[in-house]
Amino acid sequence: MDLALFYYLLLGFAVLMYVVLDGFDLGLGILYPWFRSEGERDHMMRSISHVWDGNETWLVFGGVVLFAAFPAAYAGILATLYTPIIIMLIGLIFRGVAFEYRFKSHRSKPWWDKSFWLGSTVATFCQGAILGAVVQGVDAAPGELGALDWLSPFSLFTGFALMVAYSLLACCYLVLKSRDPVLTRAAHLGRRLVLAIMVILLALSLWMVLDNEQVSARWFDGLNFIWLSPLPLLSMVLGFLLYRDLDGEPHETRPFWLACGLFLLGFGGLVVSLFPYLIPHQLTLWQASAPDTSLKFLLPGILIFLPLICAYTLWGYRIFSGKVEDFEEGY
Amino acid sequence: MELDAAILSRIQFAFTVSFHIIFPAITIGLATAIAIWEGLWLKTRNPVYFQLAKFWIKPFAITFGMGVVSGIVLSYEFGTNFSRFSEITGAVLGPLMAYEVLTAFFLEAGFLGVMLFGWQRVGERLHFFSTCVVAVGTWISAFWIIVANSWMQTPAGYELVDGRFEVASWMEVIFNPSVPYRLTHMLLAAMLSATFLIGGVSAWYLYKKRDLAFGRKGLSMALWAALLLAPVQALVGDFHGLNVKEHQPIKVAAMEGIWPETERGAPLLLFAVPDMEAETNHFEIKIPKLASLILTHELDGELQGLKSVPADERPYVPLIFYSFRIMVGLGVLMIGAALWGLWLRRKNGHFESRPFQWLMMLMIPSGVISTLAGWYVAEVGRQPWLVHGLVRTMEVVSPLPAERVLFSLTLFVLTYSLLFCVYLYFMAKLIRKGPPDMARLEQHMIGIKAPGFALAWVKKLQHDVVEN
Repeated sequence: MDLALFYYLLLGFAVLMYVVLDGFDLGLGILYPWFRSEGERDHMMRSISHVWDGNETWLVFGGVVLFAAFPAAYAGILATLYTPIIIMLIGLIFRGVAFEYRFKSHRSKPWWDKSFWLGSTVATFCQGAILGAVVQGVDAAPGELGALDWLSPFSLFTGFALMVAYSLLACCYLVLKSRDPVLTRAAHLGRRLVLAIMVILLALSLWMVLDNEQVSARWFDGLNFIWLSPLPLLSMVLGFLLYRDLDGEPHETRPFWLACGLFLLGFGGLVVSLFPYLIPHQLTLWQASAPDTSLKFLLPGILIFLPLICAYTLWGYRIFSGKVEDFEEGY
Repeated sequence: MELDAAILSRIQFAFTVSFHIIFPAITIGLATAIAIWEGLWLKTRNPVYFQLAKFWIKPFAITFGMGVVSGIVLSYEFGTNFSRFSEITGAVLGPLMAYEVLTAFFLEAGFLGVMLFGWQRVGERLHFFSTCVVAVGTWISAFWIIVANSWMQTPAGYELVDGRFEVASWMEVIFNPSVPYRLTHMLLAAMLSATFLIGGVSAWYLYKKRDLAFGRKGLSMALWAALLLAPVQALVGDFHGLNVKEHQPIKVAAMEGIWPETERGAPLLLFAVPDMEAETNHFEIKIPKLASLILTHELDGELQGLKSVPADERPYVPLIFYSFRIMVGLGVLMIGAALWGLWLRRKNGHFESRPFQWLMMLMIPSGVISTLAGWYVAEVGRQPWLVHGLVRTMEVVSPLPAERVLFSLTLFVLTYSLLFCVYLYFMAKLIRKGPPDMARLEQHMIGIKAPGFALAWVKKLQHDVVEN
């Protein structure tokens, strides 16, 4: 098999894992203003404090896979998108430390709440904007872009879209992990967010197709649309099922998996639109790939450790499965 | 010196990496100590070991959290600030870092959740296993980072193709000449950092005459550890020095303040003020011939000096020179403290002596400071090269405008300064609060001997009864 392609798929897997896993805990932070009492916030925090670190590791993994397998793309994208990346990192710092300090503070608790909320929101917005800027095509020769060139109506919109998407995922996670009153509120918010995300997905698809000839060619040349139509159609079905499952007495586990499915489809649509480019229309995955010696060296590591990682991550989630219990002590 | 984007990027990287290294330096040793205590508790059932583990897991957790958030920054900073560097070295350093994430980061993160929050969800043996995995994870992580760093210091196993590095032999890349010394030196430094943190905090409890059994056990174990580790570290440091002399003689020249092209019978400078303009030292206090003796094991051994290379291939000498003395000075102090402790131990005076308690408290940051100083010697000593002898730092920074880097640097300085104050505040708060109460712990232990899930059920019953 083509090694570069394998790493492209691996990168996709890492990004998807990150977006889904860190997505729900970032989303929890974005939702903070809708859950005001200290008890509710304790409850929410407890539901993710044992997993956020592992979730965020996928971001580091995505970064190093890009670095190891596609150094040219890593250098180009990171240097060009300097400002949003730095702001995202600062956001992640503020929310990350909030986990440790919030439970140990008394007077400063409101500050850690703000730190968690603002950090999560800013980091998510930047991730969305980074994605938008990459999709629109950053300049592969870094340094020529101004500090704010990454900020366009499109990247603003993707930043906002990702905030909505993560929030939806967080609502579904809360339905899975929490008890009333958090659960009811989460289901209620979730229903609105499903509607919002369906509108956003439609708008994004149209925007990408209308804005970009290559993307539009990919979708509408020949019979392409027929082959690709399951993506939008399935998304609509999932969106409908998700809304239904959150309505009335919400189903416990299904909404979360449906939301994950929605992410998978959205991400699939993105990959279909951009393949085989890492930096659209400038740098393909083959042009950016590292020499074979490096790709081969890393291969056994991935084949051995990635299944292991998935296994013990799953084990970790199983140990803490079920609803969050308020009486449980931390460490 | 003009503050252009290149120099600002270097300042930013130096600042963020210095801040980061403080935390792993502590957690590597602390995770190991917690694993040892948990193991001893399982073996002896002496509750004080359990108390030590339960207490230190809290400082460990906040330190680990700080390490995580500041570490993520570093994994992206190669690309943001040194894009040209990541492009040409990506094929070598990228896979090494990917292996770090695969074999260490995920492992630590995966089992950390169980270590911190799993007390009531898993049995005691599985908990101990998780703690051990986290500790081993921190060592593996150190291994890969040191490998990557050492390759930049003593590059091997590569070939240059179109100005980019490609790997000819992974064995030579991974086991490049300085890896064994650097890795041992760093791991020992981390163990010592935790040792003196534990020792100093334990001494504080004795000083305050509270939690005496806890403080005594902690101090006693820390002193034995220091007695073992500090002299070994001096020995390893010596071997490491010989290795540096072989591969990076100019770094040694800067450490020792040797200016002539070569010098026989070079003195050991206890203190001096190196002057790069005049290419000499002022105010020297020296021991004749000792530097030659230490580095060549001959009184008249020949050492290469700074003037043997052009001025633009020399690192910034004063920083290396002073950092080296701080590191060695603190190392000597650590050995001294360990020996004093041993001497006092004859009649249990190490639990009583006020001056000794003061010394141990003052030495709480000694391990971290000497680790930082050691890194400055290693990293600044490699300049002006990023990959020693091959890639100049100034040539591989991202072509960013200066104000953009200044903006990010300001953000990092503000954020990190704030966080560091918060970190110290919460550390102090945890220490003042002290170890968990023994009576409560006993009750807790009964629960832990039962399977975790059963305990949760019992607690829920209790909870419900109290509610109604």
